[in-house]
Amino acid sequence: MNAEASVAASRFGLGPRPGELAEIGSHPREWLLDQLPPASEDPRWLALGTSAARLAQARPIAQSGSEEAKEAAKALLRATFLNDVGVRAEILGASPRPFLERWRMAWSNHFTVSVTRQVVAGLAVPFEREAIVPHATGKFLDLLRAATQHPAMLLYLDNLRSVGPNSLAGLRKERGLNENLARELLELHTLGANGGYQQADVEALAAMLTGWSLSKEEGSPGTVFRPELHQPGPKHFLGAAIAEGGPGEIDVALKRLAKHPSTARNVATRLARHFAADRPPERLVRGLERTFLESEGDLAEVAITLVNSDEAWADPLGKLRTPHDLVCAISRGFGPADGAMQVKALRALGQIPFSAPSPAGWSDLAVDWAGSDQILARIDLAERMGAKVQIQAGQRAEDLLGPVLSASTRNAIASASAPRGLALLVASPEFQRR
Amino acid sequence: MWTRRHLLAGLAAFPALSGAALAAGSQKRLVVVLLRGGLDGLAAVPPIGDPAFERLRGDVEGAVPLDGMFALHPALAPLAPLWSAGSLAVVHATALPYAGRSHFEAQDLLEGGGRTPREQADGWLGRAVALAGGEALAVGARVPLLLRGPVVAASLDPRRDLGLEADLETQVEALYAQDPLLGPALTQGLAMRAQVGDPEGGAGSPAGAARVAGDALGRLLATEARTRIAVLELAGWDTHTAQAAGLARQLGGLADAILALQARLGAAWSDTAVVALTEFGRRAALNGTGGTDHGVGGVALVAGGAVRGGRVIADWPGLAPAALAEGRDLAPTTDLRSLEKAICVQHLGLDPDRVDREVFPGSSAAPALPGLFG
Repeated sequence: MNAEASVAASRFGLGPRPGELAEIGSHPREWLLDQLPPASEDPRWLALGTSAARLAQARPIAQSGSEEAKEAAKALLRATFLNDVGVRAEILGASPRPFLERWRMAWSNHFTVSVTRQVVAGLAVPFEREAIVPHATGKFLDLLRAATQHPAMLLYLDNLRSVGPNSLAGLRKERGLNENLARELLELHTLGANGGYQQADVEALAAMLTGWSLSKEEGSPGTVFRPELHQPGPKHFLGAAIAEGGPGEIDVALKRLAKHPSTARNVATRLARHFAADRPPERLVRGLERTFLESEGDLAEVAITLVNSDEAWADPLGKLRTPHDLVCAISRGFGPADGAMQVKALRALGQIPFSAPSPAGWSDLAVDWAGSDQILARIDLAERMGAKVQIQAGQRAEDLLGPVLSASTRNAIASASAPRGLALLVASPEFQRR
Repeated sequence: MWTRRHLLAGLAAFPALSGAALAAGSQKRLVVVLLRGGLDGLAAVPPIGDPAFERLRGDVEGAVPLDGMFALHPALAPLAPLWSAGSLAVVHATALPYAGRSHFEAQDLLEGGGRTPREQADGWLGRAVALAGGEALAVGARVPLLLRGPVVAASLDPRRDLGLEADLETQVEALYAQDPLLGPALTQGLAMRAQVGDPEGGAGSPAGAARVAGDALGRLLATEARTRIAVLELAGWDTHTAQAAGLARQLGGLADAILALQARLGAAWSDTAVVALTEFGRRAALNGTGGTDHGVGGVALVAGGAVRGGRVIADWPGLAPAALAEGRDLAPTTDLRSLEKAICVQHLGLDPDRVDREVFPGSSAAPALPGLFG
């Protein structure tokens, strides 16, 4: 077994379960690629509510509730969200397809929705299951469309409140555009910051997005197009006209964005940064970009190119684990841990899923996760782990770190007491990195 | 849980003093408050004397008049005594040389100090720290781009209560000895924790968190000889929707943080400047949803005993439709880098030529604002 098994398990995957490195053995690329084809999902996902059910639940309270009822509903919403991310953490801790899970999460971070907007809380995990998972190994256009039009995204980036100034509603109530979703769609989700668009393009896209809202009908919650909010007239977008077409306009715009070279560049860069290195090699970015364009945004093809790129395998401990990576790796290596416990650890480390501070999502750069106080918090977690779990640290270190375990860590663990040995294993540079 | 060992280890971690300002015995302290998301300058410091203002924003109740033209948002009223004492200045209609209205690009410029996004790999304040000598601290979990540079800054999250066993720390420090990222971070973290002591409670709300952060930072800056430059990040200024209540909470938190710093710094307040900066202002008119979209010209607040305040520094462009940038935003008339350079030159005492060359390359079109400090 060489270091590539460790890279497959930790950099591409979510950290090895005991025995996983041996299972990967000398076939790391095959092990990863075998995870991509459709297979059955963990049945625990089905127990979580859909966004439709969550929206239906929320409606009567919003319409008629007293202040007390609203407060109680908020608390319930928060509890629902924390239960959702706890279940998610438990499933990730045991998943036999950790590369696929990381790939999906990279896309769910690309299309960030965050419970910093409270209204998103009940919809965040359903968003990932409904908009991201079905398309993460499909076509980028389908993923883009599903993410943009999901209730969680429409709520998170204010599209429900955006009204065409010349629409029926706009003329009546003097309300207007809200550019939030349009701007992030261009800057983050597709073209990227230097992708070659202007303020006028943001406004045109915002105008095309007007009307995409949520149903007010009892019994049919979810995304609908409400023509009375839509800005009429043709739009001029990225140097070409888009004819007036009501709900069809956004489809034309998203198609144009999905095949734009700037989108390919932006997507390739973000993937390379997540999977390979904080400063990804240009060759890797180019390779991913080329596959994205040539396959017309076939994301399974892009994943295959990634796995088959030598650059992604270089420098076996080059990436720092984010707190979420770390908690996940602990759960897989020593657990699986209880969901609520994992959420508690994630809170202490400042990375509860779906809580990113901005639509840009969680950073993939080590420097954003290696503040001196953050490192202390990681060691604090390691210490608590050591006190809690009864495991032979020396053997487990070989099992989980194998080819990348350093002599100094091995020796430190060997000469420490049992709980201290485990704390050192979790705190070690090899375990903090991937 | 903090022992004498921590303190000694902490002190040993700091390199010897270097650089002109601190070697000369300067007692100056600087806190940069980063307001992430784009503070609505027209709400924070409303130009109530501008005839076009009311049409854009309606009537402002409870604002504290500063002069004939400007007022403070009611939630900033606790800062009014600083204004009266000449320890609060406002720079208005200011912006970076950028009109793209992207948070991420504008924050990159605000922190990096470059002319175009991503031009600079580290932060202007980080480069200034290297010139000034001494250490720097980020309050919060991470070190923002602003403070990254040749000297690795520490971070301290005062809301986090840790109690590590001392011998575990020693063992982990040994494991991190060869790690260029984890090693220095751990050593600094231990040092900072030793100096600030145990955190205080009351950080439940974001506004409460701002006060707790200001309080902890004040305690550290009041006693710590080497760390005189710090950054405090406050998020939550991206007020696209129904902004009245949220913005009042945010501004109240900012005022609390500044007053907590003042209280803890005691006599050192007279050598202190607290500068609140944001990446851009917001659109002059409210949007369709009671909030404001991204704009250009905005406001910066400068507080502290070292500030020659009691004035609004603005070449006011006016809010009449024809005066607005692109017909929608407050037009910037003061380059925000002029304030940032004044901080470096007048407050930190750095060599103006080196500031032009090394801290803000290519900024000669934006001379330092004169007479703001000292």
